[in-house]
Amino acid sequence: MKRRLRDVPWAVVMLLPSVVLIAVWTVYPLVKAVQNGHLRCDVTGTKCIDAGWGRYWDVFISAEFQHALGVSLKLMALTVPAGLVLGVGLAVLADKHLRGIGIFRTIFSSTVATSVAVASLVWFVLLQPQIGVFADLFSGWFPVLKNPGLLNDPGTALLAVAFSSIWANLGFTFIIVTAALQSVPRDLYESAYVDGAGNVRRFTNVTLPMIAPTLLFVTVVLTTRALQTYGEIALLTGGGPNPEKSTTTIPYLIYGRNSIISGDLGTKSAAAVLLFVLSLALALVQFRGLDKRVHYGR
Amino acid sequence: MAQVRLDHISKTFASGDDQVRAVDDVTLDIEHHEFMILLGPSGCGKSTLLRVVAGLEDPTAGDVYIGDRRVNDVVPKERDIAMAFQRYALYPHKTVAANIEFPLKVRGVGRAERAAEALRAAEVLGLEHHMKRKPGQLSGGQRQRVALARAIVRNPAVFLMDEPLSNLDAKLRGDTRAELVDLHRRIDSTFIYVTHDPVEAMTMGSRVAVLNEGRLQQVGTPQEVYDRPATAFVAQFIGTPPMNLLPAGLWGSDTVQVGIRPEHLRLVPGGPLHAVVRQVEHLGHEVLLFADANGTRLVSRIDPNSFVPEVGDPVAFDAEPGRLHRFHPESGERIE
Amino acid sequence: MAADTVRGVRKVGRYTLLVVLAVIVLFPIYAVVLQALKTGPDSLDHPRSLLPVDLTLSTIKAAWTQGNLGRLLMNSVFVSVMVTLGVVLTSLLAAYAFAFLQFPLKGPIFVLFLATMLVPAEVTVVINERTADSLGWINSYQGLIVPSLASTFGIFLVRQVFLQLPGELREAAALDGVGHVRFLWEVAAPLSRPTLGALGLFTFLGTWNAYLWPSQVIRGDRAHETVQIGLERLKNNDISKINLVTGGLVVAALPIFIMLVLFQRQLVRGLTAGAVKG
Repeated sequence: MKRRLRDVPWAVVMLLPSVVLIAVWTVYPLVKAVQNGHLRCDVTGTKCIDAGWGRYWDVFISAEFQHALGVSLKLMALTVPAGLVLGVGLAVLADKHLRGIGIFRTIFSSTVATSVAVASLVWFVLLQPQIGVFADLFSGWFPVLKNPGLLNDPGTALLAVAFSSIWANLGFTFIIVTAALQSVPRDLYESAYVDGAGNVRRFTNVTLPMIAPTLLFVTVVLTTRALQTYGEIALLTGGGPNPEKSTTTIPYLIYGRNSIISGDLGTKSAAAVLLFVLSLALALVQFRGLDKRVHYGR
Repeated sequence: MAQVRLDHISKTFASGDDQVRAVDDVTLDIEHHEFMILLGPSGCGKSTLLRVVAGLEDPTAGDVYIGDRRVNDVVPKERDIAMAFQRYALYPHKTVAANIEFPLKVRGVGRAERAAEALRAAEVLGLEHHMKRKPGQLSGGQRQRVALARAIVRNPAVFLMDEPLSNLDAKLRGDTRAELVDLHRRIDSTFIYVTHDPVEAMTMGSRVAVLNEGRLQQVGTPQEVYDRPATAFVAQFIGTPPMNLLPAGLWGSDTVQVGIRPEHLRLVPGGPLHAVVRQVEHLGHEVLLFADANGTRLVSRIDPNSFVPEVGDPVAFDAEPGRLHRFHPESGERIE
Repeated sequence: MAADTVRGVRKVGRYTLLVVLAVIVLFPIYAVVLQALKTGPDSLDHPRSLLPVDLTLSTIKAAWTQGNLGRLLMNSVFVSVMVTLGVVLTSLLAAYAFAFLQFPLKGPIFVLFLATMLVPAEVTVVINERTADSLGWINSYQGLIVPSLASTFGIFLVRQVFLQLPGELREAAALDGVGHVRFLWEVAAPLSRPTLGALGLFTFLGTWNAYLWPSQVIRGDRAHETVQIGLERLKNNDISKINLVTGGLVVAALPIFIMLVLFQRQLVRGLTAGAVKG
């Protein structure tokens, strides 16, 4: 009995910093946001009344949220599959013992070091209609690059954001998938080779099943990141072009400087909680849906 | 003077909803500067008992005394004990010297004195030329010696060892056995040594305590335990090949089990115990004869220069006079 | 002979493909660096060719002074170092408790910790901004640093390593009278150095690159801005001086690229440690 409790003072001391920090900066804001989500506020944002759980439904079906939800889902569809295919492709290509392969690996990993701000501004500069390199190089084929500019056309702005995201996430996907590829036992390839399997067959029958858990993980991470896209929007488009608001994602609706709900704590909280529930639900669906096809082999 | 006294020690562990009784009412007196072996098969409670002495486990019932002091509520570091672990438990990032010095450093011993004491302990174990290496650069035997040096460096009153040789190969194990006996002779500590290997128990111990299923079976010198095993379990656990145990009714009385060690089971034409030879193993200096007596397997150790029967031969055995052991068929206890 | 030729052709093909893809991946960075080095700061000037000739540092110099980048770099370094040290320390302590100490409800408490990993910053920033406001931490280092000082991921990672250390090490130390603090400092932490390095690097990069939280907690205070926020200001100040942004980008990204090249292995370890949960 005494032994069981002897460590307790130490445990308290050692856990205290983390517990306090996580309680104040993660748990409390979550609980508070869930509470605040009940509030319906007047136009000035000063007077609020408790509208109960129904308020979440009201926010969910509101035109602004529905629009932002649509933008977020579109962005997800543009970035996740493409980012996954490109990252896996690069990793498979570089997964060979060739002279100098380390340099290529470093290059393909390099975008992992770019921050959201740096990546976004790189693309912001490159996509400028007057001085951007892309306008110089490709406006012959794609006049939109020059007039009005990829970021300024309501039809292409989200695509430009997607380019930036895919490029910025490429390094992450590449590193994770490369690590997974390297953990595939070589004798599996050799045995498949001896069995007469060609390159394609070896990829579909050995590589893919073996790295499936990692692909699942990367998919969930990329999906979550797509849903949480904020910095790219703030720096590339400011949620515009307006009035279409073609790149106002849910996070930008919540945090954007000139967002329509920026002064409304109740709606902001409700939208944030809805975003949380949405990403959690999507992650769960992905895990359940894909899990059946994934072998966590031993 | 560090005698160790275990007084009605029990230790139960919760395992799911069950209570597992690892040590069951063990009373044991260990004298000053004894080399006491705790011997038994895995899971018999011997390691738990050692850890109770160390203070790594609290007994569920009973008292532990080291010297004249009851130490149940004394934390390990104040029990004046040291311990060597099966897997050495060396600090991989510290040099041999730093490993050996560490217990002294913790106790606030000055740098110069620490180094001197560590060197002394290292010399006892022949490690003085390896002081600057790290454990990863040493062989298994050297690592074990570092662990021993770290344990003896602070002159513990009681030195506990938990299967310290089981990770070594056979040759090294033999050498280290002799070294441990030598070490015991040279330092003043009381040794308590846990092993599942009867050979280690026989060759090193001044006394052996045999445990089975948490219960103390017998305590005695190796020879006593060998010559007069207190239970059928002890009789079979000690000695290779193990003692023949004949079920009640096969020989003599219908109400006792009879035990005969292989070297005491002799081929005697017309002897009382009839069997058929099943296997003959020639080991050079001796021959092991495996035979079947009405479904009971017998082993006999015979001289290769005497007559050796062949597989399939019917033979008759008799026991050397005075070398029969009798055990109660249910309790397994010795009957005189 | 023929097989050798086929293999040779394949090899050349693979190299060609690798080089083309490497060029594509690097192109945005190359083009921006080139723009920073080939143009003056004040014009709508832009490079007419992609060849690295006629280079000048004038844009980068102008970005450095006009963007106050020296100060911003120092801010980013300070904030990132403090958060990194803090996360490593709080993770070590909490992981030690979960790995080596006995206390009631350990399992459920750990699960609660893990559950908080699911809560993204995008949800909590709404309220955290208010909390920071009520503490008077808007436009301050505390505001940038304190909310990030604990990491569930870090606790999880370090605990895994601690659990893989042989239990006998702790027991041997206990017999020698080694207290928890000394064991943590002299044995457990040194033995976990690779993981701590990965965690530290990971945390440093994450803090250096953070955008959402700094953008909310720093409101135009140029004394406390991080580089990332400074870049945004550089961009918003004067759209006609867009080339200044390129200079700022080079300054902001360079330290991180150097770190990536130097510590690639540790970074990979940190990233993949997150991936093996599955």
